[in-house]
Amino acid sequence: MDMINLTIDNKPVVVVKGTTILEAAKSIGITVPTLCHMKLDDLGIENKPGGCRICVVEVKGRRNLAPACCTEATDGMEVSTHSIRAINARRTVLELILSDHPSDCLVCAKSGNCELQDLAHRLGIREIHYKGEQSSYRADTSPAIIRELNKCILCRRCEMMCNEVQTVGVLSAINRGFSSVVSPAFEMNLDHSVCTYCGQCVAVCPTGALTEVDHTGAVVRALADPTKTVIVQTAPAVRAALGEEFDMEPGTLVTGKLVAALRRLGFDYVFDTDFSADLTIMEEGTELLNRLKRHLEGDPDVKLPILTSCCPAWVKFFEHQFPDMKDIPSTARSPQQMFGSIAKSYFAGILGIKREDLVVVSIMPCVAKKYECGRDEFAVNNNPDVDFALTTRELAALIKVSNIKFRLLDNEEYDAPLGESTGAGVIFGTTGGVIEAAVRSAYELYTGKELPKIEFEELRGMEGLRKATIDFNGLPINIGIAHGLRNARKLLEDMRAGNSWYHAIEIMSCPGGCIGGGGQPYHHGNVEILKKRQMALYREDSNKAIRKSHENPYIKKLYEEYLGHPMSEKAHHLLHTVYFDRTR
Amino acid sequence: MSRIKLSDSAVETIKEVCMSFGNQEGELINVLHQVQDKLGYLPAEVQELVAQELNMSVAKVYGVVTFYSYFTMIPKGEFPISICMGTACYVRGAEQVLSEFKRQLKVEVGQTTPDGKFSLSCLRCVGTCGLSPVIMVGEKVYGRVSPQQVKQIIAEYQEGCPSHEAKSA
Ligand code: SF4
Ligand code: SF4
Ligand code: SF4
Ligand code: FES
Repeated sequence: MDMINLTIDNKPVVVVKGTTILEAAKSIGITVPTLCHMKLDDLGIENKPGGCRICVVEVKGRRNLAPACCTEATDGMEVSTHSIRAINARRTVLELILSDHPSDCLVCAKSGNCELQDLAHRLGIREIHYKGEQSSYRADTSPAIIRELNKCILCRRCEMMCNEVQTVGVLSAINRGFSSVVSPAFEMNLDHSVCTYCGQCVAVCPTGALTEVDHTGAVVRALADPTKTVIVQTAPAVRAALGEEFDMEPGTLVTGKLVAALRRLGFDYVFDTDFSADLTIMEEGTELLNRLKRHLEGDPDVKLPILTSCCPAWVKFFEHQFPDMKDIPSTARSPQQMFGSIAKSYFAGILGIKREDLVVVSIMPCVAKKYECGRDEFAVNNNPDVDFALTTRELAALIKVSNIKFRLLDNEEYDAPLGESTGAGVIFGTTGGVIEAAVRSAYELYTGKELPKIEFEELRGMEGLRKATIDFNGLPINIGIAHGLRNARKLLEDMRAGNSWYHAIEIMSCPGGCIGGGGQPYHHGNVEILKKRQMALYREDSNKAIRKSHENPYIKKLYEEYLGHPMSEKAHHLLHTVYFDRTR
Repeated sequence: MSRIKLSDSAVETIKEVCMSFGNQEGELINVLHQVQDKLGYLPAEVQELVAQELNMSVAKVYGVVTFYSYFTMIPKGEFPISICMGTACYVRGAEQVLSEFKRQLKVEVGQTTPDGKFSLSCLRCVGTCGLSPVIMVGEKVYGRVSPQQVKQIIAEYQEGCPSHEAKSA
């Protein structure tokens, strides 16, 4: 390996050839401010358009300042990151960016989490010396995402996520000069585009240009309405990330505090999406075994592999991009929707109230869940199964507004019956978790034997595409795992070409799965945070007494009292769905 | 956005052009160039088909179409009016002539009147500087045009077509 010797701020540093000045500086603890640049280590995701010039540094012997994020370190280089010249240039660039930025900070949804605001603070900007034209681009509201392009600084991170990581291709820079923006084709609204609402553009936008649609107001109104019973479900990935919003270490599990906070907010019952994740495993696992059985009996019509269907962004993706294959994914609804459907039928029945008087709120790591709960097929007489989906971030904001001292809350337990879950339900929140949960149950139901070991290390990790073969007592079952829609696309293209090796595939849209969801606390490019969230979920799983979905006593009871058996007619009606061809 | 349906021959043309560039994403600009030459403009449907043929996203195609002012999504008018903005014409008042056309037709450069009759564009020197300022309506050249004549020139085409050479191909 070729090594390079240079000095940065008079400190010697040795790096591998090809390293940028930015990374070289980072390796010795020197931070150069950046704005457009973003790198997600281990996920192979990097945005370096070199456009903003905030990262300029002085290199001895060069006339021009060099952008550290996209200039390679060379032998003998003498870099100074905070010379007067570099600092002044940086401040000028930032002032120019700010001269075309609305000064809405006080009321901006991104306030406190905005990288532009943070930079203005760090560079000590107290005045903007430039006056220029202000952009006035219309705002665009969709069922899940709001685009306010006056706040766009054209870093193009969203474009990179949408095109390279997700291969959805909704967003592109358009026009030139002052009028350039990042937009869908023909400047159509997001709602009319093939956007999946995965929210990965929102997750990386440094400013308030892309945010989720805020439903907290509607939830507060429902909570204040004495005629309504308001219940809440919490997705698995929320408990591994919510603490970050209250300055707790990434990876801290806050399950008990989460439950306590929701009770303080006034929810009548606090339930867990993990419960319906267990239910999903019962339905999806049974579907897998049925298809497998028919396949082994030589049925030529049976569709394999089976694909998971709990991620609404993934569902919308294949409805737009692979409608010819829409009978391949499992028909099982997502855990959010199974919960809503059971709550408004079975649980409303237990309470003896009409479904209209029951309001179901969900707390999700996800932006797409807002869109999912509004899909027509998930409503009865126009009354949706899930009324509102809040992101982890929205919940954090609500807790703060309500003056609840989150860190001081004592742990509390979920309510019965829809709050009881297993370790299998918990790991739904990470890439590889859904399929591991499915394998735990499918193995035992298929072989009739107890699993020798519950953990399937071969299914875990952060690689974008993973595969493993699990031995079902002599029958090899080939499993695939993809997160990030680019990886999903690869598997689907293989399948379309007729050379797929798999029996079952798990697909999650967000890198890392829901722990990296578009509605989670902002990671600001730090992948370690995602890994810590992932470890937290595996920890919660191993602490659970029951770790297989089919052993959840309340799930058993639900089938005995209400549904009959998995894939029964009633289960079909309440827990399964159909997909649509969304090509025009 | 109003949608049009591409004729079979237009579809054929677009596919041929894409094919002639090996359906390469990297050839997008050349493809758009040729398609516009053949069809006159690049409406949404054309861009969608190009995107499909080159296996890239429509948003990216649209990004390129809107980046270069050469590309247009608006069909040319029945009588395309071009005003020379070469140095000679400019010095002798082309700017005022252009403003008058804008005022009379109520369109900007690059736009077409709602009835589809006239479109307005600027040209670089057409090589008849002796006649400056020069304008063209279709293929027909008008020399020494003054703002006062604009109204009359428009009127010539308003009713029908006085000379067939002015009709756009
Ligand atoms: S939500 Fe996902 S698909 Fe939609 S624009 Fe953003 S990155 Fe693209
Ligand atoms: S919308 Fe946000 S992420 Fe996209 S280019 Fe603008 S500032 Fe960057
Ligand atoms: S992976 Fe999870 S957070 Fe991301 S879109 Fe899918 S369901 Fe939502
Ligand atoms: S951060 Fe380096 S150019 Fe923007």
